[in-house]
Amino acid sequence: MKKNLTRRKFLKAAGIAGAAVAMPLSLVEFSWGRNSQENFTLAYVSDSHLTHIKGGQFVRNFDMGLKKAVTEVNFMRPKPDFVVFGGDLAQLGKKAEIDHGLEIMSRLRYPVKWVVGEHDYYLDLGQYWSEKVSKLHYSFDHKGVHFVVLNSILTYDNWINRWKSPAERMHQMARLDNPQGSPFMVRDRQIEWMKKDLSGLSKDTPIVVMSHSPLYKIFKPWNFWTEDAEKVQAVLKPFSKVTVLHGHVHQILYNQIGNISFQAMMSTAWPWPYPVSYAQAGNAVPKLTVFMNRADPHSERDATGWSIINLDNGRVINDFKLWENTNRTLRYDDKLGYPVDTKYQNPADRIPPQEHY
Amino acid sequence: MPKILRIIILTIVSLTFAASAAVCDEFTKDDLKQWNAQFMSSVKEGEKLFHSSLGRNTVSCDMCHPNAANTHPETYPKFQKQLGKVITLGDMINWCIINPLEGDKLDLDDPKMIALEAYITYERRGVKLAPGKH
Repeated sequence: MKKNLTRRKFLKAAGIAGAAVAMPLSLVEFSWGRNSQENFTLAYVSDSHLTHIKGGQFVRNFDMGLKKAVTEVNFMRPKPDFVVFGGDLAQLGKKAEIDHGLEIMSRLRYPVKWVVGEHDYYLDLGQYWSEKVSKLHYSFDHKGVHFVVLNSILTYDNWINRWKSPAERMHQMARLDNPQGSPFMVRDRQIEWMKKDLSGLSKDTPIVVMSHSPLYKIFKPWNFWTEDAEKVQAVLKPFSKVTVLHGHVHQILYNQIGNISFQAMMSTAWPWPYPVSYAQAGNAVPKLTVFMNRADPHSERDATGWSIINLDNGRVINDFKLWENTNRTLRYDDKLGYPVDTKYQNPADRIPPQEHY
Repeated sequence: MPKILRIIILTIVSLTFAASAAVCDEFTKDDLKQWNAQFMSSVKEGEKLFHSSLGRNTVSCDMCHPNAANTHPETYPKFQKQLGKVITLGDMINWCIINPLEGDKLDLDDPKMIALEAYITYERRGVKLAPGKH
C-alpha cells in the first residue's frame, strides 16, 4: 500500500471492506427463457423519494437509503445483468432531485432500466425525466425474456388541468391519502402500443412487465390501484408466463390473478402501512401476501430494502434484501400456480411482527 | 324579617337552584352540534399539521402514516420498547417530530399537539381501546 494513503482513500477502502462483510451471499443459478440456457440475475431498487430541502441540502435519511442500495448492488454476486429502478426517484419531481438521484445512481457499475413514478412526473408531466433519464414506456428483450416497461401513473386530463400551477399539481399528487387525488391509469394509447409490442411473440415467451403502480386494484384511497388494470391484464392473458413487478406501495405485497403474478418491491426510503391498518375504508389486500414485519420507527432503515430478481425458467424468484429484518424469498410454486414465501407462507409459521392492525 | 321578604328570598334561592340544575343536566341537539363542530375544527387543524412540515427537513407525518395509519392511538399509554418506559401518544408524536422530522418538540398542552391527537384519534374512531398493546 502506498504511504500517502489519504483519509478519504482509507475511508473508501474501509467502507468497501465493511460492505463486503455485510453483504448477504445470494448465490443462485437460474436458467432464463425457453430458447436460452443462459443464467441471469437483475437488481431491483425502487422508491428512493430523494427530497430537496434548500440549496444543496437533501433529506439525509432518504439519501442514505439509496446510497446503501447502490453500494450493495455493486457487490452483488453473481453480478446483475442490469438494474431496474422502479420509480419515485424524486419526491416533488424537481430537477435538483432528479439530478441528485442520477448522481447517486451513476455510481452503479451496471446499466439501469428506469420506470417512472408519479413523484417524478407530475411537476412537468415527465419532460425532464424524458430528457435526462429515460423514455416513459418501452420494451426490450434479454436472454429470451421480453420486458415491457409501462408508464402506469397517468391519470384523467381534467384532473391534470384543474390546478393553478405545476407545483400545486405535484403537491396534490404527492399526498398519498389525498381525498382530491386521482387514480393511476395506463390509458388506451399505451395499451394499444403494448398490444402491438406483444403481437409477434409466441405465447410461451416469458414476459416481465415493470410498472410503478400495481397493475391491479388493492386500495383506491392511497392509489394502490390502476384504474384500467383489467384492460392491461386482458392483453397479457394469452401468455403463459407473466410477472408484473411494481413499486409505489413500499411494502412486501404479492398476488396471483389468473396467469399473472404480481410482486411489489421495497422502498429504499420508508415503508407504508398495509391498507388493513386504516380502519375507515375497506381494502382488497391480497390474502396471499405474508406481510412484512411491522416497522420499528426508531431504526430508520427498518422495513426498507431492495431485491435481487432471478427468473427460474421464466418465473420470478425474488430475494428481498431487508436491511433490518431477516431476508425473505418469494418463489413461484409450479404445483400451486402462485408465488409463495419460502419460509412464512404457511400461517402456522408466521411470527408476531407480521401481524398488522 | 317580614314574611313577604322571606318568601321572596326563598323563591329566588329555589329558582336559582332549579336554574343551575337545568344548566348542568340539560343540553340540546344544537349544543351537541356546536361541541362536535369545535372538536372537528381541531381535527381539521390536526389534519393540516399532520400534512405539513413540522420540523426543518420538509418531511411530514403523513409521508409514513397516510390517514394516520400505523399510529395506533388506541394502544397508548403503553410501554414503548424503544424508549424503555411507558409513554403517551403525545410523547410518541414528539419523538417523531424530533427525529424523522428534525424539529423541536411541542408542549403536551400545546393546541397544535392537541389538534394532532384529535386528528390521529379521529382517524382511528371505532377501534377498541387496547392500552399497552404493542
